[in-house]
Amino acid sequence: MQNGSKAEPLLQVRGLTAGFGAGPVLFGIDLEIGQGELIAIVGANGAGKSTTLGTLSGLVAATSGSVTFSGRDVTNARPEAIVKAGIAHVPQGRRLFGTVSVEKNLRLGAYVRRDREIDADLARVLDYFPALKDKLTREAGTLSGGEQQMVAVGRGLMAKPKLLMVDELSLGLAPKVVDRLIDVMKEINAAGTALLLVEQDVLVALDVADRAYVLENGRIVLSGKASELKDDPGVRKAYLGL
Amino acid sequence: MEAAALLELKGVTKRFGGVAALNGVSATVAKGEILGVIGPNGAGKTTLLNCVSGVYKPDAGDIKWQGQSITGLAPHRVARLGIGRTFQIVKPFGSMSVRENAAVGALFGSGEARRGPKEAFKDADRVLEVVGLRAKADLPVTSLTIPDRKRLEVARAVATQPKLLLLDEVMAGLNSVEVDEALDMVRAVHATGVTVVLIEHVMRVIVGVCTRAIVLDFGQVLAEGEPEVVLRDERVIQAYLGERYAKRLKG
Repeated sequence: MQNGSKAEPLLQVRGLTAGFGAGPVLFGIDLEIGQGELIAIVGANGAGKSTTLGTLSGLVAATSGSVTFSGRDVTNARPEAIVKAGIAHVPQGRRLFGTVSVEKNLRLGAYVRRDREIDADLARVLDYFPALKDKLTREAGTLSGGEQQMVAVGRGLMAKPKLLMVDELSLGLAPKVVDRLIDVMKEINAAGTALLLVEQDVLVALDVADRAYVLENGRIVLSGKASELKDDPGVRKAYLGL
Repeated sequence: MEAAALLELKGVTKRFGGVAALNGVSATVAKGEILGVIGPNGAGKTTLLNCVSGVYKPDAGDIKWQGQSITGLAPHRVARLGIGRTFQIVKPFGSMSVRENAAVGALFGSGEARRGPKEAFKDADRVLEVVGLRAKADLPVTSLTIPDRKRLEVARAVATQPKLLLLDEVMAGLNSVEVDEALDMVRAVHATGVTVVLIEHVMRVIVGVCTRAIVLDFGQVLAEGEPEVVLRDERVIQAYLGERYAKRLKG
């Protein structure tokens, strides 16, 4: 387990079906994330990417299938139990508390923790995002879009997750800011945290990920090494517009 | 070209507290162009649209529409003069169908466009055809995907029959293929004689459809010109694009 044994993945999803009132959105998803892996899910709008993250977080009810994390069944566990187990979710559109200070937003990420390393982790988050250092007392809603995304990622990290799930890192951000955030994703991953990125900018996603899954209409239609998917004619036509 | 300026901004300044979100911006929009507005997050792009559309009143400077000052006019009056806009966060009427949402634009549109309910629905269908939502006209808006909701946001604005359409990030969150489809939509609207100003961070949009680009940085115009030229400008790479993206554009 310690050194990323392939026999026991960090996250194992089997036959996951989930949805809302109108019917299922996901139809039997299988996916696996190994210790320390950087995985991307790509697909069109409405394919079920965010629903997948929501189901893994316990925000959307699974109607069948299973989610196993670190060897424990967490299918339909309560969101706070899932955070405690080690899965943090950075939602699409940041969803910060806009009138609350940056520091409080960050510390809220550690809400379920009772250990003594919270201050040290806050310092680590600020090392990843030095731009936030002199903005800790500012209301989060007054920051630029890029800085708000940094706070959202930082809040996720404050839960000290084994797996960090990030929904649409690049949404509405300037190219240079996306570059910086992608670099930080690599640093976070290199420090041992597994990452699951849901990303609309498919080129960015396949550049940075080890492996990727392609989701279409609630089903995984393709998966493999990101470098190979990037050269797949179907992926190039359907998602890269090449 | 200069004679046909639809919109003219002179020294437009807007402050929030001590911060100048716009600091003396001067620019013109010529009839028939598709102008891209780019720049870092927080550079003042949306503030600029808000000043033009009457959501904000500038602290200084003047905005002229077809030669007449519209500085400080209320949003509904600006809309009636023929300036339509979309919002970054789309807010359709949730209990209404796609067609009903588009019809609202026609009911409360620009001077010539204001219609009775019957014609408004006819206009709605025409506009939904242009943006590619005709087949979904009877669906509740809640069933639309994000790209389709953005199309509807454009449809509502187009239904007001604007001469100038201001689009605020209608392609954020779309993948490359969805962006290409949205570009076709912009071209279709433009082909009906509408001048377009659009804010985007997606360079595929700026290069793909814009005839000119303006770069804002810290509330000021950093560069402007043909998109290909602007995106190679070293200052624009430094402030906005970043080295990796600049390389990707070249390759």
